[in-house]
Amino acid sequence: MAALLAALLRIGFLCRKELLALLKEPSSRVILLAPALVQSLLFGYAATFEVTHAPYAVLDQSGGAAAAEVLRRLDGSTTFERTATLRSASEIAGAIDDGGALLVVVFPADFERRLAMGVPAPLQLILDGRNSSTAAAASAHVGTIVANFNAARGAFQPVTLERRIWYNPNLHSSWGIMPNLIAALSMIQTLLIAALSVAREREQGTFDQLLVTPLTPMLILVGKAIPAILVGLAQSTIILLVIRYWFGIPMHGSPWLLYFGLVTFTIAAVGIGLAVSALSLNMQQAMLYTFMIIMPLMLLSGLLTPVRNMPQALQIATWANPLRFGMDLVRRVYLEGAGLRDVAIDFVPLVCIAAVTLPLAAWLFRNRLS
Amino acid sequence: MSGGAAGFHRRCRALLRKELRQMLRDRTTLAVGLLLPLVLILLFGYGLSFDVKDAPVAVVLEDTSPTARDVTAGLAGSPYLAPVWTPWMDDAVARMRRGEVAAIVRVPQDFSRALAGGGARVQLLLNGADPTTASALEGYVGGAIGTWAGHRAGRAAGKEAAGGIVQVEPRIWFNEANTSTWYLVPGLLVLVLTLVGAFLTSLLIAREWERGTLESLFVTPVRPAEIVLCKLAPFLLIGAIDIVMCLLAARFLFHVPMRGSLSVILVSSMLYLAVSLLLGLAISGITRNQFKASQVALLASFMPAMMLSGFVFDLRNVLLIVQVVSQLLPATHFMALVKTLFLAGDNWRLIARECAIMLLYVGVLFTVTCRTLRKRLD
Repeated sequence: MAALLAALLRIGFLCRKELLALLKEPSSRVILLAPALVQSLLFGYAATFEVTHAPYAVLDQSGGAAAAEVLRRLDGSTTFERTATLRSASEIAGAIDDGGALLVVVFPADFERRLAMGVPAPLQLILDGRNSSTAAAASAHVGTIVANFNAARGAFQPVTLERRIWYNPNLHSSWGIMPNLIAALSMIQTLLIAALSVAREREQGTFDQLLVTPLTPMLILVGKAIPAILVGLAQSTIILLVIRYWFGIPMHGSPWLLYFGLVTFTIAAVGIGLAVSALSLNMQQAMLYTFMIIMPLMLLSGLLTPVRNMPQALQIATWANPLRFGMDLVRRVYLEGAGLRDVAIDFVPLVCIAAVTLPLAAWLFRNRLS
Repeated sequence: MSGGAAGFHRRCRALLRKELRQMLRDRTTLAVGLLLPLVLILLFGYGLSFDVKDAPVAVVLEDTSPTARDVTAGLAGSPYLAPVWTPWMDDAVARMRRGEVAAIVRVPQDFSRALAGGGARVQLLLNGADPTTASALEGYVGGAIGTWAGHRAGRAAGKEAAGGIVQVEPRIWFNEANTSTWYLVPGLLVLVLTLVGAFLTSLLIAREWERGTLESLFVTPVRPAEIVLCKLAPFLLIGAIDIVMCLLAARFLFHVPMRGSLSVILVSSMLYLAVSLLLGLAISGITRNQFKASQVALLASFMPAMMLSGFVFDLRNVLLIVQVVSQLLPATHFMALVKTLFLAGDNWRLIARECAIMLLYVGVLFTVTCRTLRKRLD
């Protein structure tokens, strides 16, 4: 009992020293806490695939009433904004090339005649594919407007597709991305803090002093891990608050489960960071290794594009990625209101990663001396 | 003080030798400088894709008639969808909750009866937690069912003249293959150069400050501008190798077209590389502390280049302040240039404007870095 108390006390001292080293200077405090706030605000506004006021140009070779009616509907929507009315096909290239127009709507000369004859009349869309997701979104919007136009003309539609969307009724792309940032943004800095923690002491020569204190490697590990975990959780909390209260994205799940998941995820991330730190001999190495690790972790997590779209081999590799499961867990609890049973599977890889990396780091503390 | 061109050459040669040696001896930096781009190329090319394929979709047939089966048959033929048939809605809902399927298509019990009257409904339930996949699936499912309905309407209408309908025929310029690879891979060049700059140079000056070796440099006749130039030169070399690797991969591995002239792509890439390396040096010189420098470098490079440069998100319509921040990033300017050079071709007005902006950044960052190196002890 006394031994346990002494160990706890020692961990407490080490944590205090680590936190002081991290947060003593005002500029360090700013570097550790402000980015979470600024980034979540900026990315919250930027992370959107929706198109509004998309600039478009028109080439109307038919000059008829039907084309005018379609155009009236396009101009009436907030999605599109006409920037140019072209007179000949040769002007199309210029309209798109200089980035002026995202799309050009072309009504062929026989548009009116075909409609009157009762045969399908093609309406051509020329889209700027330099950003294919924006192009796809704009094309889908034109499709909806034209479908409404057809319906208004009384075209026979035997089947209607009724759409209902769970969790995100208006399909805001930021709702899908923002909850991911709770885990992703905080991981970047947490991993780097953990990775630099031992490397810095190695470089400055104070780590050898730490090793000759009564602290065992396991205690040093815990003392180094806790401050990094605290900073990570603080960052996640800032991002969470911005998402919930600034952007007003509704949260459906239990905050307890969310934090239980976040703590598990952050421990796994810090485990990786400390293992990197124990391996590197100086800060330059620690930073480079961290960069080497962060990129694959971010890109193979499903942050920007779903894991499901990846080739099979890479999908298997993502099982070693704590961010994939941390993000999945946080997003599903936040948006979908998932319960512990729904996300239990996400905890398995997280716990495994922590169980491998933390002991490895402790072992490396002793066995890799410069 | 030994002035003039001769002195400049002598000092630079000596300094350059020191920096080159330091770089070559630091195996980790060298390995990461050449290895990370390779890793990124493979990850970007193969790992990132917005193209939905074989997305699992639960199809609930509450109507067991052949017509109901027929309306959903088209889903199986789509390369984008992998339908899983089930007769129970509860089962489908449970699968969607567990994340096993991305959408549910439900054909209600009265479907074939209602079809005769023209009021048949098919329900589509999407998981909005992944909006990109959800809207893609909406398009594919809508397309498959619309095609079926079109055929049926054609058969049913027969002689009675239904009014013609307008059909949208989209054609996508600059990306005929319509794969996200085409626009992600050019962005890869921007990301690689941004990262290479951030991690190769951001510790260089901070490390010398921490170790006190910069102060010993101050007693020699070298000038700040010479220090910056000599620190920059070796890494321009590594960066040039990275550029070549990226371009080769884009051309021969991912078959992305290169419609602009190669020389313009190379020159503008080198220009952006200089911006990126100088940004790292400036961060290093301003923070004078490796811990802070690495945090700032990481924060200023990766996520902004990914989220705010126009890499995946189109920033034409976002909040003004976000547009301003994005325009301040050098990555945004190089991104616009590189996408046009790869996919559209030489657009001299754009080339001149973006290169001028990048040159301006080189000038500003160079001056800032030199100022942090003024011979003053505090």
